[in-house]
Amino acid sequence: MASSISTAQNAEAPVFYLRDEHPHPEGHSTPLGFWIYLMSDCLIFAILFAIYGVVGGNYAAGPGPKDLFDLPLVALNTAMLLFSSITYGFAMLTMAKGRVAATQAWLAVTALFGLAFLSIELYEFRHLIHEGATPQRSAFLSAFFTLVGTHGLHVTFGTIWLFTLMAQVAKHGLIEANRRRLMCLSMFWHFLDVIWIGVFTFVYLMGMLR
Amino acid sequence: MSSETNAQHQPGHDDHAADEHAHGSFNGDMIGFGLSVVLTAIPFWLVMSGALGSNQLTAFAIMAFAVVQIVVHMVFFLHMNGRSEGGWTLLALVFTLILVVIVLAGSLWVMYHLNTNMMPPHDMRQVP
Repeated sequence: MASSISTAQNAEAPVFYLRDEHPHPEGHSTPLGFWIYLMSDCLIFAILFAIYGVVGGNYAAGPGPKDLFDLPLVALNTAMLLFSSITYGFAMLTMAKGRVAATQAWLAVTALFGLAFLSIELYEFRHLIHEGATPQRSAFLSAFFTLVGTHGLHVTFGTIWLFTLMAQVAKHGLIEANRRRLMCLSMFWHFLDVIWIGVFTFVYLMGMLR
Repeated sequence: MSSETNAQHQPGHDDHAADEHAHGSFNGDMIGFGLSVVLTAIPFWLVMSGALGSNQLTAFAIMAFAVVQIVVHMVFFLHMNGRSEGGWTLLALVFTLILVVIVLAGSLWVMYHLNTNMMPPHDMRQVP
């Protein structure tokens, strides 16, 4: 037994374990890679939440959460994001069935809810700044605008991405690459909804209790 | 010999890749959506009506609702489970959660004690 191994070793050239890389189907590692990106994004938000938690009580004799926040407006905003999550889920279901028109329609509805969310948030920011509650006013407001603004920026880029993919699907149909892209945006979109749960709980609701 | 093992290996690999693209079902999405609506509405109602009386109790309650809702979103919308990508997504999530807890709890803990211990001896409210 041992002799046969040694003769085999002598006979052949040095053998490496990864002799030839077996071919990977294109994009097979994309979901995991994208998930790891989302986790790193999660750390960005964790740091912004930590900053808000540390300086969120420093009003510098300026307005506090109770003076500024309008809970019915935040509830409306939350509803927009929740609706956009379920409509994106429907888009993924119709995509799995290969129905291009229905997928495009659900993506368009999702984009509308995303734009509604952004409009309400911009209206809220404009209202705050109009009242003098600018990011420069206090540490609390700096942290608030950074945290909520970063989330809003993510939704903005997600919406741009959504329109880009709608154009891609219109041009090429539901090809494998487009399915993969829609899958990644789905993860991104639902992830932003998860972050928003943290925002409305810790910033808005807890702010009203402070 | 080597080509034979490669040929045996490849189909299994492709099957594995195809399995990973698991989409949700209509029922799963609707259950997730229903739960999310309830889990969002209750905290808003608790805070807006002050039904629990004590602010501290309300704060703990809405934090609990947030944690449950995050789990609901992870399971029903992000389709998180221990099998996707051979468990690597779950491992990455657990690792991230550990870091998040360290960052959040550590920052709040350290800065709270810093604020308490570094307070100037005089009362700031009496400074003109």
